[in-house]
Amino acid sequence: MPEDRIRYFDHSATTPTHPDVVAAMLPYFTEHFGNPSSLYGIAEESREAIARARSQVAAAIGATPEEIFFTAGGTESDNWAIKGIAHAHRDRGDHIITTAIEHHAVLHTCAFLEEQGFSVTYLPVDREGRVDPAAVRDAITDHTILVTVMTANNEVGTVQPIREIGAIAREHGIPFHTDAVQAIGNLELDVDEDNIDLLSLSGHKFYGPKGIGALYIKNGTKIANLIHGGGQERGRRAGTENLPGVVGLGAAIERACTDIPAHAARLAGLRDRLLAGIMEGIPDVTLNGHPTERLPGNINLSFGGIDGEALLTLLAMKGICASTGSACSSGSDAPSHVLLAIGTSPQRARASLRLTLGDLTADEDVDYLLALLPGAVEKLRRLSGAGA
Amino acid sequence: MQFTEKVMDHFENPRNVGVLEDANAVAEVGSKECGDTTTLYLKIRDNRIVDVRFRTLGCAAAIASSSMATELIKGKTLEEAWALTNTDVVEALGGLPEPKIHCSVLAEGAIREAINNYRRSQGLDPW
Repeated sequence: MPEDRIRYFDHSATTPTHPDVVAAMLPYFTEHFGNPSSLYGIAEESREAIARARSQVAAAIGATPEEIFFTAGGTESDNWAIKGIAHAHRDRGDHIITTAIEHHAVLHTCAFLEEQGFSVTYLPVDREGRVDPAAVRDAITDHTILVTVMTANNEVGTVQPIREIGAIAREHGIPFHTDAVQAIGNLELDVDEDNIDLLSLSGHKFYGPKGIGALYIKNGTKIANLIHGGGQERGRRAGTENLPGVVGLGAAIERACTDIPAHAARLAGLRDRLLAGIMEGIPDVTLNGHPTERLPGNINLSFGGIDGEALLTLLAMKGICASTGSACSSGSDAPSHVLLAIGTSPQRARASLRLTLGDLTADEDVDYLLALLPGAVEKLRRLSGAGA
Repeated sequence: MQFTEKVMDHFENPRNVGVLEDANAVAEVGSKECGDTTTLYLKIRDNRIVDVRFRTLGCAAAIASSSMATELIKGKTLEEAWALTNTDVVEALGGLPEPKIHCSVLAEGAIREAINNYRRSQGLDPW
């Protein structure tokens, strides 16, 4: 029978909007609903709310408010950063450097640009999912117009040496974009210290609402617009502002970035206990990603002799929400490009489980999972013959 | 992914799991696309499947399909078992979500390959 209580281990997929964030948003649906582009009093309240949120986002990453542009989320921010730089700098060159383990919002955008005649270098990563800054330097040509490397990987949690990569890009006068969607609230970021010119973030990954995100664009960066229409966002991103979303994003990022070390320490403590328990209780398990340079709440494992989706189904029956690097949903689904890029065999990639911890994860959830997981894995191994 | 109660029952409590030591027909089939594999063991006597076991590495739909297929062919003649299609397996499970239909093909393939392996071992042409 399904458990009543949901044990949520999928915070990298999305997070619930925090009640304080919802409370901050609510008046902007009904009371302060004015279109910020209008001229009367309630519009002024809306404009002030947007300005406040812009300052909150800017403060969280060490930017200035005029460098923050609201978008519909991480995917739009990635699209804008990459296409916007590519199109604005085409007179300088047509070469983009990225990595093989980026989110599809980056990879598919790069593939689209390749169809338009741009060339893209997809840098490999090592077995722990790290990009070598020297490889970035070696890949730069006279035609390179953008380097885009994620801050932390959404699947295996590996944190990239973005400060070094950003420094190399800066030495060559090339804009550096980072998809920081998984990093906000988990890692301390400062766009100046980290040599970042463009940074994507998304509200629903740090207890804010879905459908709202932001792109940081360093002052003076030449970038083409992605969304054309009215003059919103200082003429850079058209469309009536998602006022409640913007307010929610501001409230959420301020909350998430108030005490990152304490938040990260709590998650890392739970993660390390969970990981140690799994390694102790289950044979033939490997940890995917970097052993230490990883997001505090991320565990990505491969189990011998099972199918990851079957394991997810068994866990879901017990109220556990998690994720895998391969879903058998069409008969032609390739295993995760990230797991393959770090050298995981297709078979092991199909046997993966991603557990991402966050605010909803309690000590007792870790205990519950530790009590359940060995039996679930053993059951599937008996079925496949791997445990015989 | 929403599965029927019957699928979940066969996934959680699969029938006929394991190895049949005295099997006289065995087939191992796999799907290159999604990585699922099934090994099917049949004990055939007087042109009839008298016992059957399976092992499957795959998702819940693949495991449930294997389990249901073994139930459906137990006691059947080889002709009757050969005639079993993945559609029959899906129907017996009360349906599968569209993206999971392909998972039931593995069981059908395993049955037919095991029957042909048996026929070859008997000096007969495969069907």
